[in-house]
Amino acid sequence: MGKNRVAIVGTGQTFHKSHRPDVNGQELINEAVQAALKDADMKINDIDAVVIGNMDHFEGINYVDCWSVDGSGGVMRPIIKLTTGGTTGSTLAIGGYHLVGSGLFDKVLVIGWEKNSESDTTGAITPAFAPVWDRLVFAGAISGLAVEAQSYMAKYGATDKDGARVSVRDRKHACNNPHAQLRKEVSIEEVLESPVLADPIHLLDVCPRTDGACAVIMASEKYAEKIARTPDWIWGTANRHKYSYLGDVNWGELDSMAEAAGEMFEKCGIKEPRKEINVIEMYQPYSFAGIIWIEDMGIVERGKGAEYIWSGATDMGGELPINPSGGVIACNPIGATGLIRCAEAAMQVMGRAGDHQVPDVNHAVSTGFGGCMWTDILLHGKQKPQI
Amino acid sequence: MERAAIIGTGMTKIESAKHTETFADMAWEAVNKALDDAGMTIDDVDNVVTTSNDFWDGRTISCMAVGDASGASHKNVSCVEGDGTFGAFYGLSRALSGSYGTTLVTAHSKGSESISSLITNASFDPIYDRWLGMDMISASAMQANAYMERTGTTSEQLAMVSVKNHGNAVKNPLSQLPMSISVEDVLGSEMISDPLHKLDCSPVSDACCAIIIANESRVPAYSGHPVWIKGAAFCSDAYFLGDRDISRAKALTEAAKKAFSMAGITNPSKEIQVAEIYDAFTYQELMWLEEMGLCESGTAGSMLEKGEFDIEGRLPVNPSGGLLGGHPVIAAGLIRIVEIVKQLRKEAGEYQVDAKRGLAHGVNGLCGQSHCVWVLDSEG
Amino acid sequence: MGAGMKNTFDGIEPLVHKSQISVPYHWWAGETASRFFVELRDTTKIMGTRCDGCGKTFVPPRKTCPVCFTENTEWVECGPFGTVTSFTVVRKQQEALHHKVPVIFALVLLDGADTSLLHRLDEVSPEDVKIGMKVEASFNETRDANMTAIAYFKPAS
Repeated sequence: MGKNRVAIVGTGQTFHKSHRPDVNGQELINEAVQAALKDADMKINDIDAVVIGNMDHFEGINYVDCWSVDGSGGVMRPIIKLTTGGTTGSTLAIGGYHLVGSGLFDKVLVIGWEKNSESDTTGAITPAFAPVWDRLVFAGAISGLAVEAQSYMAKYGATDKDGARVSVRDRKHACNNPHAQLRKEVSIEEVLESPVLADPIHLLDVCPRTDGACAVIMASEKYAEKIARTPDWIWGTANRHKYSYLGDVNWGELDSMAEAAGEMFEKCGIKEPRKEINVIEMYQPYSFAGIIWIEDMGIVERGKGAEYIWSGATDMGGELPINPSGGVIACNPIGATGLIRCAEAAMQVMGRAGDHQVPDVNHAVSTGFGGCMWTDILLHGKQKPQI
Repeated sequence: MERAAIIGTGMTKIESAKHTETFADMAWEAVNKALDDAGMTIDDVDNVVTTSNDFWDGRTISCMAVGDASGASHKNVSCVEGDGTFGAFYGLSRALSGSYGTTLVTAHSKGSESISSLITNASFDPIYDRWLGMDMISASAMQANAYMERTGTTSEQLAMVSVKNHGNAVKNPLSQLPMSISVEDVLGSEMISDPLHKLDCSPVSDACCAIIIANESRVPAYSGHPVWIKGAAFCSDAYFLGDRDISRAKALTEAAKKAFSMAGITNPSKEIQVAEIYDAFTYQELMWLEEMGLCESGTAGSMLEKGEFDIEGRLPVNPSGGLLGGHPVIAAGLIRIVEIVKQLRKEAGEYQVDAKRGLAHGVNGLCGQSHCVWVLDSEG
Repeated sequence: MGAGMKNTFDGIEPLVHKSQISVPYHWWAGETASRFFVELRDTTKIMGTRCDGCGKTFVPPRKTCPVCFTENTEWVECGPFGTVTSFTVVRKQQEALHHKVPVIFALVLLDGADTSLLHRLDEVSPEDVKIGMKVEASFNETRDANMTAIAYFKPAS
């Protein structure tokens, strides 16, 4: 846990869409930044430093942190880029936390963004894998996730209907989130009838491609309470980015989630996550992850994920709502997605989630996913953490 | 800023093409050298920050290629995309935020594996500028002209930077291009883009570099000889070349001012005793020295002529040979930090200078849009 | 490399795997750039946007002022004459270059603008180019709505 307390004091997002032809990338970024500044009632000159990220090959611009300064507020300001694939958004949130926690900056603007409509997503993801060993057989992100789902189903007897129940939940939640891209409910039948992309994953089990940006303002304790009435305190962060070759992955269990969540809960003093966490914004790129990864997070026992979901416990109104924003299945501007999870968790703690507010939130968890089955995780809280 | 030190460093040799090593092999070499230097094992490293660039590596999520070889397994990690000095800054913040006591920072690239003109052309705005077909060299040449026009710096003075740095590289066994050349050799070398001749330009190289940063409480636990971080700051200017006066580097002036202030330095040209700065092109060494306040504007060329920046001079600049001696993009700035650490520990062998306090500098973006300045001291 | 590996590669030719990243892009210009390009194509006017706060006129136009952070609502006609603020003559063919060398690139500060436009110079010999010289935009006869609508800048007549 940090020695200097850090809190989120404002968030902003664009209204995410499948494509935004009316703006270029830095103009899109500017929308989210202006929204965050407004939320925090701050001006750009109040910001000490900017941290920004996306996945380069989705926009085809090298040194994008330099390129986007017009929109990000980086002109004559410190600006630094972090990027770790799909986990970029949450990696950025963790970055803001350390930059403020170190005492080197007091108020940091964190920006995640992506304009997926500008490129071929699969074409751009495939070069993540080793050119000599893996790239020739890798067929895009979906195929990897299908392998995970198949492995889990073989071990625990889950079916694609269980996956569909997660899609139904998140798509329903998205209807109350004005920023989400897809705001129409789907039924179990519709999910199962939608085209199969890679067995057992149907079209309606996975995330869309999105143009969107998100900005989060983090502040040191000295400033946080002056800026926000109810700051969202970052209690701790953890991540695991390993597995460089596809054959090394333990398919069917998300080891990186188990390790990262375990470390974070332990150092933050959370003993029973299911009881102590009030809401989770999980980077869940496809439905089955919603069943498997809550087991790895320690919410429920191995093999019990589907049962927990079917009980309604993770729906709005349930004991532990997951993805009240609609999550990644409703909206996925990749470089922003992990940061949107963080922003949405912050909105829950700060009481600013409007129609998708979960009542009485004390602790929230936000996660990031990407790369080769990587996990980032953050713990948010209404109370100040012990340090 | 709380106290932190660099307690270990390691780097591969800088070469034009490392045919037998992958990114991971280079990282393995640099990281193990840094651990040995610090008297640590990988278990003593609390967290890892790698630095790389997806375009240069030809890999989306370029950090994935080096994670395992950098000890990412079972650790908290992150990746900065930008020059190594920026990666080191983030690594420093992680050692100061209370979460970790030691951070391993790595930076790498293999320029030999891509076509640099195309890679740097990709940093031009796709809507307004990229169609022109410019790259880092033509953009920098334009800046060199503007700088020379404003200050009266001559092509001969630029050539002297090349003579000095390639000559310094002769004494540095890790450099790529040790050469004993003359001003005539530089001016007679092929003209790439007015006013930059081939010998005015750094090569594009392969290398990896690693450092280990520890906060004050952890320094005594390891045998590595600490070099203390007294100041570190960065700043970016506007993006479009036409938005800036490219004969100036406002962002560098700002970053340097902040770093000097953190270090309690009021007279940098007297108090900095050695400097490793980002000489991707000859004119840049002179221009950055002026803009960061190590000498008056327009005077760097004549000071160079008088020998003030030589190894035996008043303020040795790039005693390692600098980027002209070998330029692995991304690793470049981290290597500048490592070279200052060597100097302050008196481990620079044949190119050792007498210094207790030094400056390391790195750059991101076209024509020095964004700069990161470090002030290091042998004493805490 | 680790010491144990040193002899492993003796007598073995390192293999080179040739590949290319193939990601096609189409970048949305956005409304601001689109208006700029449409004017170039349809009226041969070079338009900039002006910030109410600091009064700066940007060419190429910007939707928001990067410093004041407010929306630029005023469109201002700039050029077609301008001044060269810096330039270079590329002598050695680089892979990114489409034209054959020598190619002259320049930053041109158009009359009425506060930022310079990056472009190419032609109808002038490299030896005659000077910082501070006056130039004018030379438009193509048939034009697309993009930067190539201006073929190059030439010495002002």
